[in-house]
Amino acid sequence: MVLTLIVLNLPSHTKARLKLGIGSLFLPLLGLAGSSQQLAGAALDRVVPRRELLRQNEALRQENQGLRFKVMEAGAMERENARLRQLLGWQAQQPRKIKLASVVLRDPSNWWRTIQIDLGSRDGMRINLPVLSPEGALVGRISAVSLTRSQVVLLGDPNCHVAAVVENESRDNGVVGASGPLDSGFVELGYLSTNARLKPGQLVKTSGLGGIFPKDILIGQVVDTQPIEYGFGTVARVKLAANLNALEEVWVILEP
Amino acid sequence: MNFVDTLLILGAAFLAVFWEAAFSGLRVALGAQVDLLPSLMVYAGLRAELPAVALLAAWGGFCLDSLSATPLGISILPLFIAGLAVYSSRELVLRDQTYAQFLLGLAAAAGVPLMTLLLLLTTGHKPLLGWGTLWQLAVVTVGGALFTPPCFILFDWLHRSLAHGAATESSFRPDREIRRGRG
Repeated sequence: MVLTLIVLNLPSHTKARLKLGIGSLFLPLLGLAGSSQQLAGAALDRVVPRRELLRQNEALRQENQGLRFKVMEAGAMERENARLRQLLGWQAQQPRKIKLASVVLRDPSNWWRTIQIDLGSRDGMRINLPVLSPEGALVGRISAVSLTRSQVVLLGDPNCHVAAVVENESRDNGVVGASGPLDSGFVELGYLSTNARLKPGQLVKTSGLGGIFPKDILIGQVVDTQPIEYGFGTVARVKLAANLNALEEVWVILEP
Repeated sequence: MNFVDTLLILGAAFLAVFWEAAFSGLRVALGAQVDLLPSLMVYAGLRAELPAVALLAAWGGFCLDSLSATPLGISILPLFIAGLAVYSSRELVLRDQTYAQFLLGLAAAAGVPLMTLLLLLTTGHKPLLGWGTLWQLAVVTVGGALFTPPCFILFDWLHRSLAHGAATESSFRPDREIRRGRG
């Protein structure tokens, strides 16, 4: 009890350092777990039949051709976009600087929704940097940083709030907050106005308000809405675009 | 319980926390991650001395909190209370019975998360709560209870393997041996 009280009353930066110090004891095990997963993957690759590999190769070849075509189209659109921006006198957007990270650990307790990634302060990680899924959907933000690892607080955690906008005619604004302990695929969109006109299937994106998350990052889509507080407010259930249970790699936006 | 046994159980706590953080199959399948530390506390409470129980609670709590968003130090007290409760009543418990181990594991695995939740709310934190929490508590409780008897089997086996074996007494006495032949 005394130890608990002493630790809880330590200054926050001392507690953070202590926490990171103890957490770094797990580093050798992280390497071991990574190696064992690679070995398992290599063993699995050996037993895949040649026919299956050829089929996968063909599917990837076709996908590659499709993506090449899309890249070509995107290049043309980018040039057109730049030309129109120049005509209108709008400032050109800088491409985002991003870094790929691997998910190494998940929160062992059931009270929070956090993950740990293998990038730390030596890789340029800072608190509050936005984190995206490999498909580009919002996952969360960095909440703590050590030299080699960072903790990411995921969407749906009580400590992760995101200013969001619904892609409809009225561009309704709200705040994405916590979800239920078992609904990792859904979050609540609250603080909506009473006359918000939300429909199922409408996309929810970051609004850029609050200064942490850049604008126009996909969060998910509206599933349903319900009035709260005797009709004085509305809350919507949003299905997340990113599958938070299956995250293996994530993008960290270094310069929003 | 000797020094090596204490080290073994501390190492097991370290590995248990790592397993909870690195492998999330149960979390995906059942919606909750099972906590193995209460089971280890039950083992320590029944087999070890009080300093070892306190050491395990402190070490396990620090390890768990260092990989979690839980404030550092919160998990120590519930683990210690669980271990102390078992330790103080161990003379009354049929400690070698699987059924008793299961029930103690059940109680510890239910009590530790509830006490942790109470501490989190008392210190002004807002953990993930909802009706789903009841399901999570049920999974954690049953999981912890199921893990407790194997924990005893494993550590008792390790203890027997690493400690000196008990000297066996034989009825044979060399001074009473009848020697035959010319001698």
